[in-house]
Amino acid sequence: MMKRLLGAAAALVLAGSVAGVAHAADKLKVGFIYLGPIGDLGWTYQHELGRQALVKELGDKIETTYLENVPEGPDSERAIEQLVRAGNKLIFTTSFGYMDPTLKVAKKYPNVHFEHSTGYKRDKNMSTYSGRWYQGRYIQGQIAAKMSKVGVLGYIGSFPIPEVVSGINATMLGAQSVNPNIKVKIIWVNTWFDPGKEADAAKALLDQGADIIMQHTDSPAAMQVAAERGKLAFGQDSEMIKFGPKAQLTSILDTWGPYYIARVKAELDGTWKSEDTWGGLDSKMFEMAPYTNMPDDVKKMAEETQAAITSGKLHPFKCPVIGQDGKEVECKGGDHLADGQILGMNFYVKGVDDKLPGK
Amino acid sequence: MLLVEAIILSVLAASTPLLLAATGELVTERAGVLNLGVEGMMIVGAACGFAGAWMSGSIIIGALCGIVAGMLMSVIFAFMTLGLAVNQVATGLALTILGIGLSGLIGARFVGERITTAPKLAIRGLTDIPLVGRILFGEDAFVYLSLALIVAVWWFLYRTRAGLVLRACGDNHVSAHALGYPVLRIRLLAVLFGGGCAGLAGAYLPLAYTPFFIPGMTAGRGWIALALVVFASWRPGRLVIGAYLFGAVTILQLHAQGAGVGIPSQFMSALPYLATVIVLVLLSRARTGGSTAPAALGTVFVPDR
Repeated sequence: MMKRLLGAAAALVLAGSVAGVAHAADKLKVGFIYLGPIGDLGWTYQHELGRQALVKELGDKIETTYLENVPEGPDSERAIEQLVRAGNKLIFTTSFGYMDPTLKVAKKYPNVHFEHSTGYKRDKNMSTYSGRWYQGRYIQGQIAAKMSKVGVLGYIGSFPIPEVVSGINATMLGAQSVNPNIKVKIIWVNTWFDPGKEADAAKALLDQGADIIMQHTDSPAAMQVAAERGKLAFGQDSEMIKFGPKAQLTSILDTWGPYYIARVKAELDGTWKSEDTWGGLDSKMFEMAPYTNMPDDVKKMAEETQAAITSGKLHPFKCPVIGQDGKEVECKGGDHLADGQILGMNFYVKGVDDKLPGK
Repeated sequence: MLLVEAIILSVLAASTPLLLAATGELVTERAGVLNLGVEGMMIVGAACGFAGAWMSGSIIIGALCGIVAGMLMSVIFAFMTLGLAVNQVATGLALTILGIGLSGLIGARFVGERITTAPKLAIRGLTDIPLVGRILFGEDAFVYLSLALIVAVWWFLYRTRAGLVLRACGDNHVSAHALGYPVLRIRLLAVLFGGGCAGLAGAYLPLAYTPFFIPGMTAGRGWIALALVVFASWRPGRLVIGAYLFGAVTILQLHAQGAGVGIPSQFMSALPYLATVIVLVLLSRARTGGSTAPAALGTVFVPDR
């Protein structure tokens, strides 16, 4: 509680100082709300790179502001509103937990446009945007199954929300396509960012016999632990090879820049409208880091899978998808699961030996 | 290496920053000063500790930089609360906000850099003893230093005259003042000690735990240290129990999840807090029947001249 209060206080202090310097009235003001510090080398860092790309492209027409370390939940509402009051006309809120606060502020200020990342609630002046990272996870699952000597993968989860659950499922489906008997150990750390705890989770997974580390948390701590122990790992959100030159197999790189530039251009042209963007490998919403520390045949397989997914030939959730209970999941998207089923995924696929928290 | 051994080694590492920071805060509070800025002092210690180690290539210099940085932060606190008699709670909170910002500024240059971690001890003959060798003699030096420190603090508080005077300042500063003890000077030293410990605790994170610096990497450990002091009812022995219990349950719940125990992970994540609070509250009720907070804790003292 104390920490959250403080975060909010810090956000308000920041917002206050930012509002003080913003005065060039004729430029479009674009605001960003960040979950972590911009130097987290993961999620927030990638959004910051996107913002920098935006400034590089349109810097003469816009003025950008960001608030970092804004806690999710009700506290963020004040931070978002601060950006509105400071005159920002287009505001990107870059974490799932900002969904309801963003919606609330959007209803209050119909003339301001909002863009919420990774959520599913929209309004006339509120868009959503996200990446189909499960595509990348499928590729990682295949690589992991090939590279694991013992057939046990270690997976560090943040929160059991659909995005993370669909990532685990896609990983397992990919892995099972290579080795049907592959096993995964899952540890939920219930935080997006706590390097110490992420490292502890990685150590626990390795101590329990997993030999590949996959993570859905934001810091390079797990990669570093894998490197120290001479094991392999996948980066998350950004390039983490610096922390495991001999450990990183690949990493899903979020590349927000092109999207931010396109949306701001639309705002400048007056053509902005509320949309739902869910970009995959084909749209360059994310990229795969170079495939490293693996033999050529595994690399070739990964590249072929990537090409097949990009061209639409392969869908990670192609039917039939068998649930953890052994029953076939209803196939609402033709020959693969519908987007809605993936976005709201709250079940494990067969072969995941874990109980979904809260189920 | 056995799984039990691996778990205990992880627990030692996870508990050490908590124990270090809490030790410092315990002394500060025993002198009657409530410094809520532990998180801020820790994160600045982490940034400066990493910076020092990165530039010098020496873990020891890094640790010293962390200690000095924590002390400098506590000097700000001491100036405000002891010198100007400002409210301690507000100043402590401000110190944390300042620390989080300052550490980002200091550390920005070092984000993405790496160092080699503090070496694990290797004493011939001792570290090789099966089962206990790695645990008793095979972790990094900070782990054993933190234990030595809390023993020293216990001895100081309960077995020396100076410790008695310090506790007197915390329980009744007016009487201590009337007896001729320099209350403010004693409190200044206690605050400095607390700052140094918090700085070292922060520096432990990038120097030994995860060998890189990222803003916000303390992730609330300073607040846990603060809470530990209260739940240990300001006693060194219970503080050790609390810190290690918290570390142990944190690590064990991760292992339980990995082994697929099937208890909701949200509950597991709350478990370290629950277990520590329950055990320490039971301990303090069993022995003394209530809280033993220093009577003058958090109150401002302005000597009449």
